[in-house]
Amino acid sequence: MDSHVTERIRQEVQSNDVVLFMKGTPVFPQCGFSAAVVQVLSHLGVKFNGIDVLQDPGLRQGVKDFSNWPTVPQLYVKGEFVGGCDIVREMFQTGELQGLLQEKGIQNQPAA
Amino acid sequence: MAMSPAEIESMIKAAIPDAQVNIEDLRGDGDHYAAYVVSTAFKGKTRVQQHQMIYEALRGRMGNELHALALQTSLPPDA
Repeated sequence: MDSHVTERIRQEVQSNDVVLFMKGTPVFPQCGFSAAVVQVLSHLGVKFNGIDVLQDPGLRQGVKDFSNWPTVPQLYVKGEFVGGCDIVREMFQTGELQGLLQEKGIQNQPAA
Repeated sequence: MAMSPAEIESMIKAAIPDAQVNIEDLRGDGDHYAAYVVSTAFKGKTRVQQHQMIYEALRGRMGNELHALALQTSLPPDA
């Protein structure tokens, strides 16, 4: 694994509370799974840093190696890998995601 | 190259013998599946770890030949 990429990912997830590695941007997601996670985060009013892996093939592979997870999107909260689209969706539906964000002290303003 | 549901099921069962696997072909195109996997092997593991077990069972096919596999893992009710 490219240690330069690993370092970049580590820095990214440690210096931002909520980071989403995704295909496309939060405004223009390029994949339905990425769009679904953006939708959940937006619905909860969570501020997040969206990083487009399509802009960088090294990052696209690097983030998979970093978390030992084969797909993108990948959500990190306070440096910790939370999951991909299925897990985020399931956690949102059960309320666990909201609980996790609260527990980690993430500010959010749910959409009215 | 797409994978057949039977192939996915047998790879999961080879790695997790007690797994009950239910696979749905979401679009009927052999490329977008949902898998529901129930096993006692998931006990004490986080969701991320449970899904990682499935991805390991599929030995690198996920994200390559297998484009989309929505996963849901759970423990049997009596576990």
